[in-house]
Amino acid sequence: MPSQSGIYHEDYASDMQLRPTTMQRIRQIAIVAAVLLMPFILGSNELRIVNQVLIAAVGAVGLNILTGYTGQISLGQGAFLAIGAYGCGLMMAFFNVPWPIALLLGASITAIIGGFFGLPSLRLKGLYLAVATLSAQVIVEWVIKRWDPIDGELDGRTTDALNIPSNLLVNWQWVDANRWLATVGIVILIGAVLWVTWRLQSNFQRDRFMAYRYLLYVVVGLIVVFLSGLIVILQTPMLSLQDVFTEDWRLNGNEYAFYCFAMPVTILVIMAATNLFRTHIGRAFIAIRDQDIAAEVMGVNIFRYKVLSFMVSSFIVGLAGGMLALHSTAISFERFTIEVSIEYLAMIIIGGLGSVSGSVYGAAFIVILPELLRTLGRTIAGTDPASLSQFNRILPFAQQGVFGAAILITLIVESGGIRKIWQNTKDYFRLWPFEY
Amino acid sequence: MVFSRFERPYEDNPAPRHALSVENVSLRFGGVKALSDVSLDVQPREIFAIIGPNGAGKTSLLNCICGLYHPQEGRILYGDVNLVQTPPHRLAHLGIARAFQNIELFTHMTVQDNLMLGRHIHMKKNILDALLYWGRGQREEIEHRRFVEHVIDLLEIQHIRKQLVGSLAYGLQKRVELGRALCINPGLILLDEPMAGMNVEEKKDIVRYVLDINEEWGVTIVLIEHDMGVVMDISDRVAVLDFGILIGLGTPDEVRNNPTVIQAYLGEEGG
Repeated sequence: MPSQSGIYHEDYASDMQLRPTTMQRIRQIAIVAAVLLMPFILGSNELRIVNQVLIAAVGAVGLNILTGYTGQISLGQGAFLAIGAYGCGLMMAFFNVPWPIALLLGASITAIIGGFFGLPSLRLKGLYLAVATLSAQVIVEWVIKRWDPIDGELDGRTTDALNIPSNLLVNWQWVDANRWLATVGIVILIGAVLWVTWRLQSNFQRDRFMAYRYLLYVVVGLIVVFLSGLIVILQTPMLSLQDVFTEDWRLNGNEYAFYCFAMPVTILVIMAATNLFRTHIGRAFIAIRDQDIAAEVMGVNIFRYKVLSFMVSSFIVGLAGGMLALHSTAISFERFTIEVSIEYLAMIIIGGLGSVSGSVYGAAFIVILPELLRTLGRTIAGTDPASLSQFNRILPFAQQGVFGAAILITLIVESGGIRKIWQNTKDYFRLWPFEY
Repeated sequence: MVFSRFERPYEDNPAPRHALSVENVSLRFGGVKALSDVSLDVQPREIFAIIGPNGAGKTSLLNCICGLYHPQEGRILYGDVNLVQTPPHRLAHLGIARAFQNIELFTHMTVQDNLMLGRHIHMKKNILDALLYWGRGQREEIEHRRFVEHVIDLLEIQHIRKQLVGSLAYGLQKRVELGRALCINPGLILLDEPMAGMNVEEKKDIVRYVLDINEEWGVTIVLIEHDMGVVMDISDRVAVLDFGILIGLGTPDEVRNNPTVIQAYLGEEGG
C-alpha cells in the first residue's frame, strides 16, 4: 500500500494509524451514522436479515483469523459454532446464568475446545489438518444428537432441539425499581462515549481538514442527547417507564433489541481482530501462513502460535454461536452441519482471505443473496398459486446454483475476493486518468 | 531522537557474542553423506566464509546450526549451548539470525511488517493487549518501530517501507531479508548467498552493509558465497567444503594456496 501524498507524519504513532486520510475517517463516521440510523429506517423483517448478517460476520471474522491469516484450513466451523451456541444455551436453560455471562462462558469453552482440536497442527499441514478439523465437526454433531441432557422438550415430546429462554436486553421493570442506579450507569456510559471520542479526536488533531470532526460531533451529540433524555425520563417520578418503552425487549423476539446487542458486539469483534494484526501476535500468524520455516528461525514458536490462533478464532466463532442461540427460541444440530462449515469457508473466500473487512463483505453477500433471490422470485411469480408452487420448487436449486456460481466467479475473476475488487475500484479512481 | 546511521540503538541490549564451534558434525540423508566429520570454529566478531562447489554441504551446515537439520554425530556449541538439541525457534533468543538463500520473506506483508517480525522475540505483550491495541500494546509496537527504522536507515530502504515485499525487485528483497535478520539484534548472523544473482552495483551495496554490520554493530558473520572476489576480500577466515568434507580452513591467502582446494575447484589436471 503506497503512502498518501500530502500527509506528513511526525511520530510513529501517527504513521501507524489505521486510517490516516480524511476521506477514510469521513467514511468511518458515515458508517457509524448508518449503524445508528438503521433500526429507525428498516422494518423488522429487513432487520432480521441484518441481524443474521451480523452473526455471520462475527463467525466469518473468527474463521478468517484461522484460515485466512494463519493458513490453517478448518472444516470444523459448524462444530465450533455449535459449542458456542449450546454452551451459552445450556447455561441459560439449566443454570439460569445471566445471558451476557453465558455468552462469554460459551465462547471461552469454545476457545478451549478449539485449542484442543488445534493440537494436531503440530504434525499436520494443509489438507491433512483440514481432515483433522473435520473430526471436530463429526464428533460434536454426534454428541449433540446422542447426548440426552442436550435434548429438549417441544410440545411434550423429546426432540434434539434445545429451547432457549427469553432474555431481556433491558429489563425496564428492574430499571424502574432502581432508578438511581440506572442513572449512575447511564452517566458512566455518557462519560465513556465522550472519553472515546476525545481519544479519537486527539488522534485527528494534525489534520488540515475539519469536516470529519463536525460529523463526529454530530454523531456523538446524538448519542449524548439520547442518553440524557433517558436520564430525564428516569428522574421524572410521574412517568412510568413501561408507558414510555412499551416495546418488548426480548432478544429472541424483538429484532430491534437484538440489533442493539449484536451491532456493538460485531463492531468490537471487528476492531479487536483489526488490532490483532497490527501487533506481533497477528504478524506471527501471517508469517506462519507465508513461510513457516523462516518464521520459526525468526523466533516464532510455531506450534504455540498455531494453537493460539485456533483459540482466538474459536473464541470469536463461539461468540457468534452464542449470538445465534440468543437470537433463536430453539437450536438443534441442523444449524451446525458440515454444510454450515462450507458456507463459512465460502464467505471468507468470496469476501477475501486474510482480511477482516472481507469477512464482513462475504458474510453479507452469502446471507443476503438467497433473500434477494427469494424476493426477486416472488416478484416474478406474482400471486398466481400455480406459478407460486413452481417457484417454491425451483427456489432452493436457484439459491444453490447462484451460491456455487458466486464462488466460481470470484475465484476466476479476482481471487482476492470482494475486498480486492473494492480495492481495485478505489485504486482505479484514485489514479484516474492514469493506469498506474 | 537521532541516531547516526551506524550506531546501534541503545535502548536495546545487544545479544552476547560467543564463539561458535562445530565439532565433528556428520549428517546423513539415508545413504547420502551430506557432511562428514566437519569441525570448525568461528570467533566472535569475525567474518567467516564457507565456500565450496554446488552440493558441497554448505547450506546443510547452516541448517544444522539453525536446528532445521539434526546431525547424527557431533555437536555444535554456541557459548555453552549445544545447538543440535535446540529447537529452531529458540535460536533467535540466543542471538543467532539467519538470512536464507532462496528468499523466504513473508510476501503478503509490507517491508516494515517483515522487519517488525524480526522484533518478535523482543515483544512481550499478551493477547489482550494485542486485541485492544491501547496503552501498553501500542507503546511496545512504537518502541520497536524505532529500532526497525534504524535498520531501514542502515540498509537504505526508506523508499520501500510500506510496499508489499512480493512486489519488490530481487535485489531489494535480498536486502529486506538481511534487514529482517538484523532486526533480531543478533550476535551472530548466518548469511546464505546474500549476493547471488546480483549485479556489481548491488553486490557492492551488500558488501558495504555486511562490513557495516560487522564493524559498527560488532556482529559475527558466517557467510556462504560463490563470488570468490568478495569472499577473499572481506573474510577474516575461510572454510572450504567439498562433498561434505572440510578440505581447507584458514585465512584467505592460506586457502588460496591450499593444493587440495585448488584441486577441488579446478579439477585434477588444473592442480
